[in-house]
Amino acid sequence: MTTIEPMPVITPERPRKSFADTLRNGLPKLVLAPSFAVILIFVYGFILWTITLSFTTSRILPVYKWGGFDAYFRLWSQPNWYVAMQNLAIFGILYIALCTAIGLFIAILMDQRIRAEGVLRPIFLYPMALSFVVTGTAWKWFLNPGLGLEHTMRNLGWESFTFDWLVNPNMAIYTVVIAGVWQASGFIMAMFLAGLRGIDGEIIKAAQIDGASTVSIYRRIIIPLLRPVFLSAFIVLAHMAIKSYDLVIALTGGGPGNATELPSTFMYSYTFNRNQMNVGSASAVMMLMGITAIIVPYLYSELREKKQ
Amino acid sequence: MSASPETVSAGSARFTRYFIYGALIILAVVYLLPLYVMLSTSLKSLDEIRGGDMLALPTDPSIAAWLKAWGEACIGVSCVGIKGYFWNSIKMVVPAVIISTLLGALNGYVLTKWRFPGHKIVFGMMLFACFIPFQAVLIPMARLLGLMGLSNSTTGLVMVHVIYGLGFTTLFFRNYYEAFPDELVKAAMIDGAGFFRIFWRILLPSSGPIIVVTVIYQFTNIWNDFLFGVSFSSGEASPMTVALNNLVSSSTGVKEYNVDMAAAVFAALPTLFVYVVAGRYFVRGLMAGAVKG
Repeated sequence: MTTIEPMPVITPERPRKSFADTLRNGLPKLVLAPSFAVILIFVYGFILWTITLSFTTSRILPVYKWGGFDAYFRLWSQPNWYVAMQNLAIFGILYIALCTAIGLFIAILMDQRIRAEGVLRPIFLYPMALSFVVTGTAWKWFLNPGLGLEHTMRNLGWESFTFDWLVNPNMAIYTVVIAGVWQASGFIMAMFLAGLRGIDGEIIKAAQIDGASTVSIYRRIIIPLLRPVFLSAFIVLAHMAIKSYDLVIALTGGGPGNATELPSTFMYSYTFNRNQMNVGSASAVMMLMGITAIIVPYLYSELREKKQ
Repeated sequence: MSASPETVSAGSARFTRYFIYGALIILAVVYLLPLYVMLSTSLKSLDEIRGGDMLALPTDPSIAAWLKAWGEACIGVSCVGIKGYFWNSIKMVVPAVIISTLLGALNGYVLTKWRFPGHKIVFGMMLFACFIPFQAVLIPMARLLGLMGLSNSTTGLVMVHVIYGLGFTTLFFRNYYEAFPDELVKAAMIDGAGFFRIFWRILLPSSGPIIVVTVIYQFTNIWNDFLFGVSFSSGEASPMTVALNNLVSSSTGVKEYNVDMAAAVFAALPTLFVYVVAGRYFVRGLMAGAVKG
């Protein structure tokens, strides 16, 4: 800037232009800066803050006294945390597998030149518009052992029908799977349907001419072509599974007992109810590491592909 | 072996059609069942619920439970219904959606049409922010809101939702503007149009679809949020989802399933309405947030 200052005397046009240039160069960054600063502070800064807390002796309030890896040792010696991890494994695997399988199945059915597609699509997708709390509330009622499905089946004459998963500690986590799959599988269906519609019809025609059956066309040609959709679906579902919180709270409240504890509910209760903020922070760091391991390679490859 | 290949394949083709339609109809019924049960329960009386069948239509439909949920149901200690919480959610959603969408549009514009060295890293960092588990920022945010005097306030929640929605809104607009022809922007620059003028006159008028997608996505996400609501607010300042959960999980008094379900319907109505009116855009938003994530 200072080197340009004396210029106006000689040529009056250039400084105006260079001032405009400075503004032109600076203004876009100036516009973006607040948002980026906000992300830096409230996302990355706060993550560092949480990591810091996990190395302190914080209990009910944050204290900045070095506690080393104590919180992590405590975390990994909590039976509750193992329950949470085990539940996340059960829930995550079933949720991802069932949503993908059901989503793909419905998408393939929908791709058979169905007449009422416009009516059916929204029916499979609407659960995605609902809040997890609403979903949890609805399913809690639907699966209510006293008055819900069990009661209905018995009324219909199936006297021995029992469905007490909601209050059965061994089965409660599967009710979370059911409600979760109900909510998200339609969305996965839409992803697969978009993928199916993007496949070049010529390839399929060629296979048909070669006498391949529909089943083998799907198995050998179409499903392998959907690989990118499988990957996207996996990323979306895995990430939703790790973050799942509202659904469990609304459906089972983490219970009965701690039967449906997940890392997310563990983090919340240890931090805000049990006054073990350092352990809560350590569990949040574990969740972050889990998500990072899934998301970062994916984002990296996505951004790189776009460059090519 | 007597049948010719054509009739065999025609017969099996018809069977396949029946199977496809049958399977789709059964699945559609399964997907609709919880909504149907929710709605019909909310229209029944408590006696009918206890004595009757969950799947049966209400014999004497009444909106008494709806009125009670809206104006009289007890959440915590106050028995004034969910209407206040419903308005809390509206007061939280509207400003948060407007601010985050506007900022996302500007960010997307800068990141595509005014690129600078390092724009990829900036975008990558904003993108990753979409996916972090919010548990990793919960404690610091609670502390900060406390220090700012914003805990338990709608303003605080608006702030939180704007901040953690920025990644998504930026992503949406960036991907949309990426496909917008640079030539138009360059031509306008040569004509002497400035940064904001180009945005206002050239990009914004053709941003209709992506604005709709972003607004719907943000509206649905923020309305449906529970974690931030339950962490940063309590009592009368809670948003709708938190109030619904408090109502349903409270164990005092007689459990009024019809009122619970009516409250759930109220909590679901705004997003369902948006979905019915603009489902196409809703799905596009989900896909943009997922596939191109």
